[in-house]
Amino acid sequence: MKYTTVVGLEVHVQLLTRTKLFCGCLNRFNPTQPNVQTCPVCLGLPGSLPVMNRYAFELALKTGMALNCTIPPLTKWDRKQYYYPDLPKGYQISQYDLPFSSKGWLEIVTDALPSETKRIGIIRAHLEEDAGKNIHDESGGGGDSFIDLNRAGTPLLEIVSEPDLRSGAEAHAYLDELKLLLTYLEVSDCNMQEGSLRCDANVNLHVQGDGGQTIATPIVEIKNLNSFRGVEAAIEYEAKRQFDEWQRTRHKLGDVPKETRGWDAARGVTFAQRGKEEAADYRYFPDPDLVPVTVSEEKKRQIRDHFCEFPAAKRTRFETQHQLSRYDASVIVAQGKSFADYFERVAAACGDAKQAANWVTQDVLREMKERKTSIEEFPISSDVLAAILSKVGQRKITTNSGRTVFAEILARGATVDGTELVEQIIAEKSLAIAADTGELAPVIDAVLAKNAKIVADVQGGKQQAIGALIGQVIRQAKGADPQVVREMLVAKIAALP
Amino acid sequence: MSNAITSTTASQLLSGMAAGDWTAVDVATAFLDQIQAHDEQIKAFLRVDRAEVLRQAEAVDRKRRERQPLGRLAGLPIALKDLVCTRGQATTCASRMLEKFVPPYDAEIVRRLRAADAVLIGKTNMDEFAMGSSTENSAFQITRNPWDTERSPGGSSGGSAAAVSAGMTPLAIGSDTGGSIRQPAAFCGVVGVKPTYGRVSRHGLVAFASSLDQLGPLAGDVAGAAMLLEVIAGHDPSDSTSVDEPVPAYSMTLEQPLSGLRIGLPVEYFAEGLDSEVDAAIHAAADFYESMGATLVDVTLPHSKYSVAAYYIIAPSEAASNLARYDGVHYGHRAERFNGLVDMYAASRGEGFGREVKRRIMLGNYALSAGYRDAYYLKALKVRRLIRADFDRAFETCDLVLSPVTPTPAFKVGELINDPLAMYLSDIYTISANLAGLPAISLPAGFSEAGLPIGLQLLGPPFSEDRLFRAARMFERETPWHAKRPAL
Amino acid sequence: MTGRLTREEVAKVALLGRLKLSADEIEQMTDQLSRVLEYVDILNEVDTDDVEPMAHAIELRDVFREDIPVASLTREQALANAPETDGRYFEVPQIFEGV
Repeated sequence: MKYTTVVGLEVHVQLLTRTKLFCGCLNRFNPTQPNVQTCPVCLGLPGSLPVMNRYAFELALKTGMALNCTIPPLTKWDRKQYYYPDLPKGYQISQYDLPFSSKGWLEIVTDALPSETKRIGIIRAHLEEDAGKNIHDESGGGGDSFIDLNRAGTPLLEIVSEPDLRSGAEAHAYLDELKLLLTYLEVSDCNMQEGSLRCDANVNLHVQGDGGQTIATPIVEIKNLNSFRGVEAAIEYEAKRQFDEWQRTRHKLGDVPKETRGWDAARGVTFAQRGKEEAADYRYFPDPDLVPVTVSEEKKRQIRDHFCEFPAAKRTRFETQHQLSRYDASVIVAQGKSFADYFERVAAACGDAKQAANWVTQDVLREMKERKTSIEEFPISSDVLAAILSKVGQRKITTNSGRTVFAEILARGATVDGTELVEQIIAEKSLAIAADTGELAPVIDAVLAKNAKIVADVQGGKQQAIGALIGQVIRQAKGADPQVVREMLVAKIAALP
Repeated sequence: MSNAITSTTASQLLSGMAAGDWTAVDVATAFLDQIQAHDEQIKAFLRVDRAEVLRQAEAVDRKRRERQPLGRLAGLPIALKDLVCTRGQATTCASRMLEKFVPPYDAEIVRRLRAADAVLIGKTNMDEFAMGSSTENSAFQITRNPWDTERSPGGSSGGSAAAVSAGMTPLAIGSDTGGSIRQPAAFCGVVGVKPTYGRVSRHGLVAFASSLDQLGPLAGDVAGAAMLLEVIAGHDPSDSTSVDEPVPAYSMTLEQPLSGLRIGLPVEYFAEGLDSEVDAAIHAAADFYESMGATLVDVTLPHSKYSVAAYYIIAPSEAASNLARYDGVHYGHRAERFNGLVDMYAASRGEGFGREVKRRIMLGNYALSAGYRDAYYLKALKVRRLIRADFDRAFETCDLVLSPVTPTPAFKVGELINDPLAMYLSDIYTISANLAGLPAISLPAGFSEAGLPIGLQLLGPPFSEDRLFRAARMFERETPWHAKRPAL
Repeated sequence: MTGRLTREEVAKVALLGRLKLSADEIEQMTDQLSRVLEYVDILNEVDTDDVEPMAHAIELRDVFREDIPVASLTREQALANAPETDGRYFEVPQIFEGV
């Protein structure tokens, strides 16, 4: 290999609290009404003081523990000082040398190792406040910038990974799994488009030196990433660019200062950003307005005991307990906790997890996407779907008929919990398979009589030819179970001379 | 009538109003007239709105007439140092940076005072952003010491101290970060208290050094200070550093002398540099306590010689951070001419801040900057812990520490202003209480030959304000100092 | 700790604090700050090897507020002290990369 790509990701997620981190203003995405969610605290007015949001800290703690981090018994708050118009106090309240969590990991599944997981280290996760938003004059006429402080003071979790990722694809997988975990925990909705998840990537290469030794190239920080796909593409682009750079300049890590580049999604390239005059000196010191927070073993035990099942554990359990394929398990879990719960309710009620998985990953998911509804709003409840699948499982109706019932219930638009509608539709459309094989026998005899050639083919070894016979029987005896028909045909043909 | 009212103590004014001797309007008018007569010379006040003050007083009188329940300070005029946020009213911190700033909210202390039916009589002058010991660093005016108008009233709460001393208000609120209530109280011959850190909410107090700042009362006598502290002290959920300790009824226990009192005299405090008249007054006070049955105990505070150094790293560091928000972006002064955003920040702050503020911001940023943080800031914080430990140890053998407040009586205006280091060193007796978070009271203890007030300081363990008031009252009861008024 | 500041260091620290100083001010500042720093060097005499920094004056822990909304300021109130505003936003000269 010419080089190894080395990637660390720094992710910021906004927490799902009702109010901001240090004041009671709403924590709500509100870009169309600037400056209506502010108060003396988040405006940084003289004399204002911060008071920590208990729920924000609990969400943070949950996350740190879910990421297998070490949680120290004491954590504190520090001021990170710099000047920017969207930072009203001239400092950000954050955490410096005693963050609430550190040294954890997240296991990811990459396509390269479908049956294995890779452990990505987490250096630390800490809690801090968000800044406001700047809106620049895009006309290029050198006009003013505008500042909206609605977002200032929103609680953010900063999660820093070890440089354990080795490709854009791995980075994408990491983000997918992180988002999945955080949405399962109801900590954040991790929506990159709305800004509730932001990501910067630190990329460099390990190249082979002339003497065969491994050399690290300078680290580049990529900002301005707007989607998981963008993260992947930017990393792949940047790796190639850095290798070209290496061949030209032979710069090693430490030879030049850390560079910041932006990602231009439209052109698919990273570009150098205008450098800062001096590296920022953040002058961190403990915030005298806030007191440290303790975390007891009891608290950690409480949180651990109340953890929901994590996505990774659920995937594994679906494979072992429900005998789902890895692929099906992944698809179901990836849709979120509510969807996974829906699947399990269906599986439990109809007794056939495989069938449930098929229907849920194909029919339900397809309809959800078309209708743009969530599983919570999906018109067919798990009871109803289970009822349909039970009927199919008991051979009361065919699979096709099951789909007919499914479509019919959707078409009627009624959100039902009862299973009576299933029975009703089966009756209305005469979908019930005739359980009485006695009724079938004459039909089968008639078909056999009419298709001597096919019978001969079947007897001669062409098993597939039986399909045509089945079709003819069913055309005459609607609702007949094809399985039953096949069995009877085979038996009768075998009995023929 | 006016003279009678303005030389009456706060508690007597309260009982007088309750008895119907005066209305709140009578009282307010008397003090407003006193301000009118003398403040052109003293310049204690930055803003007094006569009509608005009388409206407040009238509202109290109406409540009394209608027999509505009245707050504990009903009808008492109280002056506020201009770094306490008052909703809808300018709060400037005596700085060009905030000359036009009008807060949309009341400080917690203001809320409590209003709830107590106090009459907020005006905002007083101060050193800009509370940085200074002479009130010469105000951007707007220099306050004069009512005892000798050539001299400084002290700082940074010089306006509040001078106002009480000159009979322009019976009570005032100041703030104390390194002695800014106690030193002006001593220079002006009034009582001043710095409460235990966390005793009084800092919500709405424009921050100078957050781990050192406390609001506190200034009054003509111990009873007035005790009464005012009772009202403003107490837990506030909007201040994370506010302590949830019940507030004792200081004014109820005030008159009970302390028996078996052990008074600590720090050996390090009575060394060179202490004016001989101050030294004599403090020792006379010590003798007095002994004659009242107290035991005098020598205590040692070995790290006291480092307190000024530690303070002048810690306070400017916190200040540099607290003042970073003054950038002309969301409020405050914005320069008219500048070249781009960075220059706008620098020009606005360069124009908005005075010399002393800039000096401290520089000191603070230096002490926190990369490469110096460990050697300066962290080092100072460690020495701070040792200074606190000294006091903890001392309080094992004594109940209160007795000390001077200042090394000299009031210095002249202009005397120290060009020698910042000399100015800083004059804080030597008051600074430790802020570093250690301990309560302290300054009360009148005599006069110099030149007729200038000399103050004595009592310091106690955390939340021992009741003990401080009782001990202070023991002294006040038997001495004439507090009753003397400056001739204006 | 050296104590003595150079004029270059003063200029650097002035930038760190976003303070525009006149030549006179830089001169005076260099002298006055140097003297203060020389004075605070006295702290070096103190053995603080096993001492924890004391950042707070009280030993409080775990102070929180509940996640319950409180009425915000109106936009008018929020913008009332702004030096420049278009009625909806705070307005500043165009922001480039650094500030």
